[in-house]
Amino acid sequence: MLFLIIKRILLGLITLFIVSLITFVGTEILPGDACTTYLERQAFGEQLEACYRRLGLNVPAYERYVSWAVNAIQGDFGYSLSGEMPIKEVLGPRIKNSLVLASAAIFIGIPIALILGIVTALWRDKLPDVAISTVTIFAMTIPEFISATLLILIIAIWLEWLPGIVIVPTDVSFLELLPNIILPVIAIAMIMTAHMARMVRSSVIQVMASEYVQMAILKGVPYWKMVFKHVLPNALLPAINVVALTIAWLLGGVVVTEVVFNYPGLGRLVIESISNRDLPTVQALAIILASIYVSINLLADLMTLMLNPRLKTLQIRK
Amino acid sequence: MTEIIQKVKNLSIGFKSKKGEEILILRNITTNIKKGETVGIVGESGSGKSTLALAMMGYVKHGLYTIGGECEFNSSNLLKMKNRDLEKIRGRKIAMIPQNAGQALTPNLKIGYQIDEALQLHSDLKEEEREQKISELLNKVRLPSPETIALRYPHELSGGQQQRVAVAMALAGTPDLLLLDEPTTGLDVTTQAHVLELLNFIAKDTGTSMVYVSHDLGAIAQVSDRIIVMYSGEIVLEGPSRDILKKPIHPYTYGLLKSIPKLSLAGLPQSMPGSQPQPGTMHRGCSFFDRCDFSEEKCKNNSPQLEYLKELNTSVRCFNHKSLMNDSHVNQTVNKIKTSFLDKEILNLSEVSISYAKQKILDQVLNRISDDNPTVKDININIKKGETIALVGESGSGKSTILKSIAGLLRTKEGIIKFDQDRNLSSDLKERDPNDLRIIQLIFQNPDESLNPNHTVEEIIAQPLKLYFGLKGEELKKNIIDLLEKVRLGEFYTSRYPRQLSGGEKQRVAVARAFAAKPDIILCDEVTSALDVSVQAAVLNLLQQLKEDFGTTYIFVSHDLAVVRAISDRVAVLYQGRLCEVGPSKDVYKFPSHPYTEVLLGAVLEPDPDIKPKLVAEDIVEEKPPQKGCSFQGRCSRILGDICKNEVPPWQITNNGNSIRCHIPLEELQKDQIN
Repeated sequence: MLFLIIKRILLGLITLFIVSLITFVGTEILPGDACTTYLERQAFGEQLEACYRRLGLNVPAYERYVSWAVNAIQGDFGYSLSGEMPIKEVLGPRIKNSLVLASAAIFIGIPIALILGIVTALWRDKLPDVAISTVTIFAMTIPEFISATLLILIIAIWLEWLPGIVIVPTDVSFLELLPNIILPVIAIAMIMTAHMARMVRSSVIQVMASEYVQMAILKGVPYWKMVFKHVLPNALLPAINVVALTIAWLLGGVVVTEVVFNYPGLGRLVIESISNRDLPTVQALAIILASIYVSINLLADLMTLMLNPRLKTLQIRK
Repeated sequence: MTEIIQKVKNLSIGFKSKKGEEILILRNITTNIKKGETVGIVGESGSGKSTLALAMMGYVKHGLYTIGGECEFNSSNLLKMKNRDLEKIRGRKIAMIPQNAGQALTPNLKIGYQIDEALQLHSDLKEEEREQKISELLNKVRLPSPETIALRYPHELSGGQQQRVAVAMALAGTPDLLLLDEPTTGLDVTTQAHVLELLNFIAKDTGTSMVYVSHDLGAIAQVSDRIIVMYSGEIVLEGPSRDILKKPIHPYTYGLLKSIPKLSLAGLPQSMPGSQPQPGTMHRGCSFFDRCDFSEEKCKNNSPQLEYLKELNTSVRCFNHKSLMNDSHVNQTVNKIKTSFLDKEILNLSEVSISYAKQKILDQVLNRISDDNPTVKDININIKKGETIALVGESGSGKSTILKSIAGLLRTKEGIIKFDQDRNLSSDLKERDPNDLRIIQLIFQNPDESLNPNHTVEEIIAQPLKLYFGLKGEELKKNIIDLLEKVRLGEFYTSRYPRQLSGGEKQRVAVARAFAAKPDIILCDEVTSALDVSVQAAVLNLLQQLKEDFGTTYIFVSHDLAVVRAISDRVAVLYQGRLCEVGPSKDVYKFPSHPYTEVLLGAVLEPDPDIKPKLVAEDIVEEKPPQKGCSFQGRCSRILGDICKNEVPPWQITNNGNSIRCHIPLEELQKDQIN
């Protein structure tokens, strides 16, 4: 068991190493570099040389990679070009902002998805299922940028209930921030929730058709006890991995939504730094997003391992 | 007269087809279950026997509905009852023992909890009393160390143990009626015999009525007082078990009994033509009309009614039962098989060991397998051209593993597999040339999985013909039709898809595909296990016919010892991947010398209430072969002592040419058989 956990963690680290290598090589191959971008037309002669020396770009690529990697592990990603700030300081608040958005979406989305999934499965082909399923399929098919725009149009512009873009600075109190982030959270949570609800539904239906559920019925177990004891634990176990994938996938949704709502999070930073050719920041973002992805999946794997008695004992026996 | 506990009255259950027609699964069933009796319901797949058993608990599967009639228990109709009231009857008054306990126990709940749940629902015992009771129940079903078993999860138990847990769970509510749906199907022969013996004991001990549903007349014969025979949703025969098994007065039961291979008879049983009609395809007349040897003109258009014969206490659904009544002793006639093998060796396995151990990196580099206790070890068999050799043993005996190695799906760890004295086949599939691949063909257990569902029969059979012989156009077509005729399927089957065929037809297509390669050796892996008995006999007869026509050699793997008896010339008995006994079938079956062969043959169930299985050894499950000594030491009832534990037994050869691997001297082994 322990061996397996260590193995998974190692695999995750290897993935991150490869990601860092690819982004590094990618930024190397691109024409131009930080200095040519920064100096624009003055990028020649003395000035360029000086810039290279200042940013340490005059040493061979592999040396730069090594020193970059060593610093990155310690949380130091170097300097952002636009504004010449340490990337660490740029990232800090942005990560916090995105985290607020994503976790709100997750904490609202997962329970709703579970409830919808279970309700549709238990009332399969009846009115609640037909109604909810229609809505979820609809929600799944609309991309975030459309649902976000529609939300702004209807709720912010027509009804004037909530602000359409985030206008307050993000360090205000939560209560002040709240009305501003409701719409982005809904936009992000919608697709994710719909996806998860569908997954939970099919998983529950599958378990409901199993022989052990039939056995529980024939044993005289009351309906709701059967649902909670015999159906849900077995149906939700495979859903954990799906939830993890959906959350990782939500990162993409965060980028789009942040841009639409003008929300100062990681997602908008990605777009900004790409358009500014701020390569060190792009590099740092790639690593951070990859780490989030890897660790969410790792967490899901470990959870499945912990909760599934079958896998647990298999590992011990080996 | 004894009290009736469950009354089934004019019960019909069915479903609506896509066209809106009502299709019946059960047609007008009426029967009574009396207190304390065990009723066997027998029938082939699709006869409606499980649907009937479930209806007796007031349970109708999703998609089916009750069309008419009732199931009366304690003078209330279960099929009209509310769920809340049913919950009080299910598990408490009527309990179910499912077919596949491995699937029927909830995987995330411990054994103890699952039994406790039944106790909580159906008794007023306090917590400590319940704990006590759980131990008692587990003891009663003869599970070792109940305290530790209760803390295990279902997947940590063997199939036999899971089945016992299911029995314990059913007994928790002290029900008046136990429904058993194929409770021993899927278990090894020895385990099956033990579970049946346990059920018999429980029936006597608790006085519970039992309804035992099975396709296996052998198991039914051991447990039931009364037998109900079902055919396409109807009861065709119902009466005392001995009379039905010895003097069946319905042509279907008669044919069914004749198609079951018996241990005592060498040779192939007679098959019944055709197969059971699909639900919804019956129109007029007797549903057995097409397959009946006794049918007359009136059977075609008039359906016979179930007629009660007072003098026999039997109900029968046949116009002609009188003609069967005088002459219905099941005098089994068998088609003797011709043993026409040449004295030429075709395949030789010498010192073969096979391991499933994962290769470590170092081993991969050195291209070796290091495992000092491989799954299969020391296999030495000579196979002669044209013979049928059977590998038998319980699950885990390595019989399928050996087949895989011969087919090249699994490389051997040690030893040599030689074809025709000069071609070395010890290699992997990838290293074999096309001709080496052609000479050995496989037929699998389940044709549903071995035939590509998206290919027509023509495409399936064309593949080996194109691959090995490069046939095209007219010639290809002609060959396909020839092969189809050889397996008794007509030309019109070419455009069909596997899903449009019955189980028997599918297996015939699989046989045709194997023969298309013109192989020298065909490996048959449990080829009849997924088929109904009446169809099984037909497939066995077909295989024998083809063998005589083509001179093919069969290596036949089966867990069904009676089937092996019917078709094989020679038999090799395996335990934990080691050979125990090899010899001509007639001798091995007549004088089983090795202690394990004795155990195995003793546990076989025959469809005859007078032949009881002999339970010699415990049905413990060993996970791994022992490191040293005899492979059977853990279960042997005749173990000699340290010699069996430390030394691999030598080969001893009997007068009949049986080779036996045992430390006990031959004279002693043979002396015991006479007693």
